[in-house]
Amino acid sequence: MRANRSLEIGTGLFVLLGFAALLFLSMQLPANGLKFFLSKPVGYEVTAQFDNIGDLKVGAPVRMAGVRIGQVTRIDFDTNTERAKVWLRINPRFDKIPMDSSASIDTEGLLGGQYIAISPGAMPTYLTNGSQILETQSALVLENLINKFFATEANHSPGSKGGAEKESKQ
Amino acid sequence: MSAAARAGVLEVVRKTGETGVFFVRVLAACIPALSRPRLIIEQIYNAGARSLIIIMLSGLFTGMVLGLQFYDVLNRFGATEALGTAVALALLKELGPVLTALLFAGRAGTALTSEIGLMRATDQLTAMDVMAVDPMRHVVAPRFLGGLIAVPLLTAVFTVIGLFGAQLIGVQFLGVDHGIFWSQAQSAVALKDVTEGVVKSVVFGAVLSLIAVNEGYHSEPTAEGIGRATTRTVVASSVMTLLLDYVLTAVFL
Repeated sequence: MRANRSLEIGTGLFVLLGFAALLFLSMQLPANGLKFFLSKPVGYEVTAQFDNIGDLKVGAPVRMAGVRIGQVTRIDFDTNTERAKVWLRINPRFDKIPMDSSASIDTEGLLGGQYIAISPGAMPTYLTNGSQILETQSALVLENLINKFFATEANHSPGSKGGAEKESKQ
Repeated sequence: MSAAARAGVLEVVRKTGETGVFFVRVLAACIPALSRPRLIIEQIYNAGARSLIIIMLSGLFTGMVLGLQFYDVLNRFGATEALGTAVALALLKELGPVLTALLFAGRAGTALTSEIGLMRATDQLTAMDVMAVDPMRHVVAPRFLGGLIAVPLLTAVFTVIGLFGAQLIGVQFLGVDHGIFWSQAQSAVALKDVTEGVVKSVVFGAVLSLIAVNEGYHSEPTAEGIGRATTRTVVASSVMTLLLDYVLTAVFL
């Protein structure tokens, strides 16, 4: 009877572990895979609104001068302003970020994901829980850049009249 | 063609036919075997739960070495952020199912073959027949089902542990960003990739268990014969795993 019990428990544990692993995989490797092992999230949360967040994802790092200071915790669409609203959780060690700092979405390396870069402002008041970063710069979408490049390139080519007009407009 | 080569080819064809016929017999015995779930649970324990340690260790180190190697290669292109993508896809689609299958053949397949082979050699199977106890239903089918159930679960465990091994090396030691690692892995992996891994592991589970029980059941009833049957199990399982892996990959792409 005893041996039977331990066999059942062993099999049960194995099957449960296996299904837990399958579940993990089929939830498509949830972002922040280790989130549930970590203790309560620390730090304060600020928001920022962007015209276009490109390929930014929850879990992407927030960097200041290249150093990681926090991460993106939530992304939503603000129906009032019709812009993307991003929540950033900043490590409490970095509590002296000026209120007028600006946030931009940059791309890491050639193939890498996108992250939020914060360049500090100069105000003597600092970002706290719930404050909003007002000055933002959207993600550079490579396709748009290429389109723009080809458009101007075509206008510069000899014989095209439209180019000169556009040039003077700008 | 020399006589030896001809005999070799003939033996392969005969073995294939024997395994095919045996497969149908096993399948037919599987339905009545379900009425004794305890026998199947015992086999899941033997084939699965007791392979867990070796699978977890191998998964951990496979993930760790993948993290190192991919980091090195990606670093040359300045694309170390893609580490999560590379590791997740490699583990999920190829290394998880294939390495688990190879380890399973060595750890559990050999045990199945020699166990059934010894039953055959000591006339236990015949004795069961005499007592009107169907050995297909009571010995072979539960072992086949146990392996079939254990392999996909072991594969999933291997893959998940491997991912955490890669994150250990990539994030903790080599300095890839934690959030980037997981978000890159997540954005690259589609449900289709998970399905590919699961289908592969189910097929491997069925084929490896079938080879193991078949070799045991048809082993020569001598000490030497059991040894040879066990060797054949490992050889046939490894070759079939790699061959089927190619076929299944071609089908899925």
